[in-house]
Amino acid sequence: MSATTKNDFSGFRLTMMLLGAFVLLFIIAPLLGMVVNTPFKAIASTVADSQVLHSIWLSIWVAMVTSLVFAIPAIPLAYILARYDFPFKNVLNGIIDLPIVVPHSVVGIALLGLIAGDSLLGKAFDSFGINLLGTPFAIALAMAFVSLPLLINSARDGFLQVPVRLEQAALTLGATPSQVFFTIALPLAWRSITTGLVMMFARGMSEFGAVIIVAYHPMVASVMIYDRFTTFGLKYAQPAALIFLLISLFVFISLRFFSRKK
Amino acid sequence: MILFVDQISKHFPGFSLSAISFGVSQGDYFMLLGPTGAGKSLLLQILCGLVKPDGGRILLNGIDITFASASQRNMGILFQDLAIFPHLNTYDNIAYPLKVKRESSGVIKRRVQELAERFSIAHLLHKNVNNLSGGEKQRIALARTLATNPSLLLLDEPLSAVDPQLHLDLLAMLRSINRAGTTVIHVTHNYEEAISLASKIGVLNQGKLVQLGSTVDVFQYPRSEFVAKFTGAKNFFKVKFSRVSQNGLVYAELPFGRSIAFYSNPVNANGFVCFPEETVVLSTHVENQSAVNAFQGKVIDIFAQRFGYEVVIDCGVKIFSRITGESLKKMGIAPGMELFATVKANVVRFIPEI
Repeated sequence: MSATTKNDFSGFRLTMMLLGAFVLLFIIAPLLGMVVNTPFKAIASTVADSQVLHSIWLSIWVAMVTSLVFAIPAIPLAYILARYDFPFKNVLNGIIDLPIVVPHSVVGIALLGLIAGDSLLGKAFDSFGINLLGTPFAIALAMAFVSLPLLINSARDGFLQVPVRLEQAALTLGATPSQVFFTIALPLAWRSITTGLVMMFARGMSEFGAVIIVAYHPMVASVMIYDRFTTFGLKYAQPAALIFLLISLFVFISLRFFSRKK
Repeated sequence: MILFVDQISKHFPGFSLSAISFGVSQGDYFMLLGPTGAGKSLLLQILCGLVKPDGGRILLNGIDITFASASQRNMGILFQDLAIFPHLNTYDNIAYPLKVKRESSGVIKRRVQELAERFSIAHLLHKNVNNLSGGEKQRIALARTLATNPSLLLLDEPLSAVDPQLHLDLLAMLRSINRAGTTVIHVTHNYEEAISLASKIGVLNQGKLVQLGSTVDVFQYPRSEFVAKFTGAKNFFKVKFSRVSQNGLVYAELPFGRSIAFYSNPVNANGFVCFPEETVVLSTHVENQSAVNAFQGKVIDIFAQRFGYEVVIDCGVKIFSRITGESLKKMGIAPGMELFATVKANVVRFIPEI
């Protein structure tokens, strides 16, 4: 074994590793550069800035609530896609992946058309004196639109990995279809579902393009960083960006950790 | 009749189950015997409600359940792959059917304990099922299936993936479940299993039920090539154990009052013997023969076959021998002739009835 491993190092394998290292470096370098280039003093004063903290907190809680609320219809959809065959299933799978390919500014414009004051939905809310634009609700819609495919696809893959035989066995043991779903399919697909939820949350929290169109204010973290950059410049945006990056990473890693443990 | 299957059919492109009819009485051990791809498992899935038939009816205790949902049929099925729930421990696996029926926790606890003791798995109740052996999993699956006292137990090739030692244990366990009153339908491609356990056999081939009858009926007069080929013999007899000789030869009594000697393990059981036609040697005298089994009888039929002839000798029951054309000519065998049919002890296959 050692002989072949050595041989691999001299040629093919070495080339592959170098190319891979390049990609890894490309991902890490800008982020690491930002960490190195941002003076600690600037970070400390930015942390004390309540606008920064409010924006980050807004990003986190709206993304979290969005993921949990949309999970209620998204998980059943994933189950249907995993278990049943029906005409145009491929078309449906394509529609679910659509948010990944649609430019996010386009998503924002489309959503704006949906909820703006002169739209049907907008008028309906307007009659109650509610303007949806610039609310956490609008932010949530933008976040959900771009991040739902991550949850649906992950949950569907999770359900696909649950052997149909186990569900059949549960049926013959007297379980109703809904009991089968809650006692067999859901627990066995749980890991994939929580991974999907965490990914959806992370994607929603980091969304910028769609959110800025439907809600410039209140500012989520990504909009706040952009606002600081355009108003005051790079030096002023960097500390806020770094803090958001660290908090995002912390939340993301701890969520993954807890979902793995389960 | 507890189960009545009437003209059940199911069509797929390239395969069909056609007009399957049979009945199973309370306490029966009904074997569905057939080669791979005969439609046995499909028929089981139709019986337990996982697949809806295209035509026909299924009556359970007189009630039409053809289109009843799987969860309402009160039939237990043991799948070949056991389908143990990997996220539940042993206790929760066995308790599952009771929990979904919303039994009280006291009832569940008592029932699980009772089943665990019956199947000798009480020490595994709180173990992770993924670390258990195949035999242990099999017991858990059986206990789980029987937890709600189903009126019918369906078994899909339960013995096919089991090592030889476990095989005997499991045969005995299935027999005891049946003796305790559970009616069983057991699907297999293994004729020895069928002979060991069945009180009634149905032979399924290419989606059709080609023969239905008692074990002796089916194996003595096989109407399907599948059965004939596997037993390798029309020489198939039920025997009663009589004694074991000092050198280990087992003697058992044939239906026509003669005894037959053979080697076998286990030795002290009733069962069935069979021996292939081509191993039956015909002779006019029995002196200087090494074969221990010699049956005297009269030739009643001679059939030409692709290779040689099949000679039927009436020795109280019909014994079939296959010989060459040369031998037939040389010995001048003709109907009415008195002959000895001799069979060596070591070609006789014994299949115990468990």
